[in-house]
Amino acid sequence: MVAENEQLYGLKSQYAEKYGFSDPENYVFKARKGLDEEIVREISWMKGEPEWMLDLRLRSLEIFRSKPMPTWGADLSQINFDDIYYYLRATDRQESNWDDVPEDIKRTFDRLGIPEAEQKFLAGVGAQYESEVVYHKVHEDLERQGVIFLDMDSGLREHEDIVREYFGTIIPPTDNKFAALNTAVWSGGSFVYVPAGKHIEMPLQAYFRINARNMGQFERTLIIVEEGASVHYVEGCTAPIYSEESLHSAVVEIIIKEGGNCRYTTIQNWANNVYNLVTKRAVAYRDAQMYWVDGNLGSKVTMKYPSVYLMEPGAHGEVLSIAFAGKGQHQDAGAKMVHNAPHTTSQVISKSISMDGGRASYRGLLKVYEGAHDSRSHVVCDALLLDERSRSDTYPYIEINEERVSVGHEASVSKVNEDQLFYLMSRGLSEEEANVMVVTGFIEPFVKELPMEYAIELNRLIALQMEGSIG
Amino acid sequence: MGSVLEIRNLHVNVEDQPILNGVNLIIKQGEIHALMGPNGSGKSTLAYTLMGHPAYEVTGGEVIFKGENILELEPDERAHLGLFLAFQYPVAIPGVSVANFLRTAINARRKLEDPNDKGISIPEFRRLLTKKMDQLKMDHGFAGRYLNDGFSGGEKKRAEILQLATLEPEIAILDETDSGLDIDALRIVAEGVDALAGPNLGVLVITHYQRILNYIKPQFVHVMFDGRIVESGGPDLALQLEEAGYDWVREKYAGAAQ
Repeated sequence: MVAENEQLYGLKSQYAEKYGFSDPENYVFKARKGLDEEIVREISWMKGEPEWMLDLRLRSLEIFRSKPMPTWGADLSQINFDDIYYYLRATDRQESNWDDVPEDIKRTFDRLGIPEAEQKFLAGVGAQYESEVVYHKVHEDLERQGVIFLDMDSGLREHEDIVREYFGTIIPPTDNKFAALNTAVWSGGSFVYVPAGKHIEMPLQAYFRINARNMGQFERTLIIVEEGASVHYVEGCTAPIYSEESLHSAVVEIIIKEGGNCRYTTIQNWANNVYNLVTKRAVAYRDAQMYWVDGNLGSKVTMKYPSVYLMEPGAHGEVLSIAFAGKGQHQDAGAKMVHNAPHTTSQVISKSISMDGGRASYRGLLKVYEGAHDSRSHVVCDALLLDERSRSDTYPYIEINEERVSVGHEASVSKVNEDQLFYLMSRGLSEEEANVMVVTGFIEPFVKELPMEYAIELNRLIALQMEGSIG
Repeated sequence: MGSVLEIRNLHVNVEDQPILNGVNLIIKQGEIHALMGPNGSGKSTLAYTLMGHPAYEVTGGEVIFKGENILELEPDERAHLGLFLAFQYPVAIPGVSVANFLRTAINARRKLEDPNDKGISIPEFRRLLTKKMDQLKMDHGFAGRYLNDGFSGGEKKRAEILQLATLEPEIAILDETDSGLDIDALRIVAEGVDALAGPNLGVLVITHYQRILNYIKPQFVHVMFDGRIVESGGPDLALQLEEAGYDWVREKYAGAAQ
């Protein structure tokens, strides 16, 4: 009830200190820069993959090459695909005991607080460093119940039949240029399988860390929630601050069967030199529910539009997102809801904050197919501008081919007004604290959807972002 | 000796129009002053100017508090010195609970006094807030509501008094705290202020009507007209205004202002 964000004020570190550090590279394998068939074959060979996966990778490479760069959305013209390392392996083993993880990598995750969080409130943890998952552990009782939580490479090795059935079926490589790129060079990510009727109470968490310069990280995640099962998956990500740019291009595919429930929470906090170009999509079958809770704080450019395809009656999809665009950042984020069956429902609540010349765009698609009668959708976009130099745009695309539907769209843009600041400052808050407070209140509907630990972390990150940038 | 707020020959423009034309007033800790006057005489302008609203342009004079000309200070610095303004129109801060807000305000001051302060602990703060809410006969659920968001007129004014009680300033300005309240709400709010009054609190009650002064008993009553304090006296002056209205003030001083 009473104020959780006690750490919010008095925080005097910067991103550089907390997340922006880097380790020396003592890597067991570093592919040369650039992308071609040989690199793709090398990655697949290193992983000892089945032939069909190599074929899929090579096909995807061709698709990647043939697709033009997207010219809508954010400016991607500065990405030089030849100047990127597509595969870096920092250690040749994956551990399930932090003490066995190489010392410098362990220290990194210690500094990020991952082992501590694991002990306190997580059902399982995967920690990815560069291209490979270096640590993975899931509670034994979940394993006994048949829950699978592995890194994607191990998932492919140990459960090839399941992976082959679903991999690339929700987001095929032809979907977009970056989905093709990911499919060609993917490495790491999570494989989650929740058997029918199983409810995982505590979240599973994956943490993604880029360390090297000019790194490309291409994790691939596949989550399958069987009938009547439920899971909450959380991901976090950070990187050092370099002048060179890094690329993060993930693909996340989720299948939720009848009556299942999946919540996928992201706290994206990449350094401001990372291009974050991610494709996330879920399909929800009869009475299934999908919740994307998506927080975008970091990166130079983010393009991400979590989607839910509502395939059978009773399916429900939600996206609750915030985007925070500061100096030099462009957050082009949003949501896609596709109603493919009658009696399906969806809701999008998107909040963006722009300050210090940053730009936040909401880009959303609502599609209702013919025959998806009695479907309902509600979209709310609220933007908050902290100064005159910053920018906010809304691009809502609505395509409805059915008459008996109920659709609502609301959008608002507001500014922190002088009277709010004066009121808060008259109580002793500094201008910066007053701004943080208005922003904290603005994103409260998002924050209260997070587990408490993440809520505290998020408020802290927002304060960190705003620190020293006002006045 | 307690703190003193001294307003010396204060001139203020709003949008290039002169509103205050030389205000002089001294308020000491422990005293209760009432500032009355017809609408448009500059009462609220004085309140906002004392707290430092950026839209009010000081063109002359000074305001001395604790030996400092506070006109040079930001609103938060004035608050830290011990000044408080209960707003006539409190501003809504959606998503921020009353409790969260008050705790942040308390911590901001503690931090200023001691940079190493870790802030008030949650149990300690909860005890403090509960005590203050009980004092003001407020429902505890109030603490969890978003600040002034969807509050009724009476709730907004009570929230202001709760902030006053919690932040414990030395000099408090109540800007038309009685406006828009029915008689029951007025009584509750006024009794709340009365309970807080004492040797450690100086109060400037700004009001158009005499009725709030039945509960908050001022030792000094001032009448403002045309941006100046034109009459000062004891409690009798308020009763005189209640009976005779402001017409005699207008007649007596309208000419003088020309």
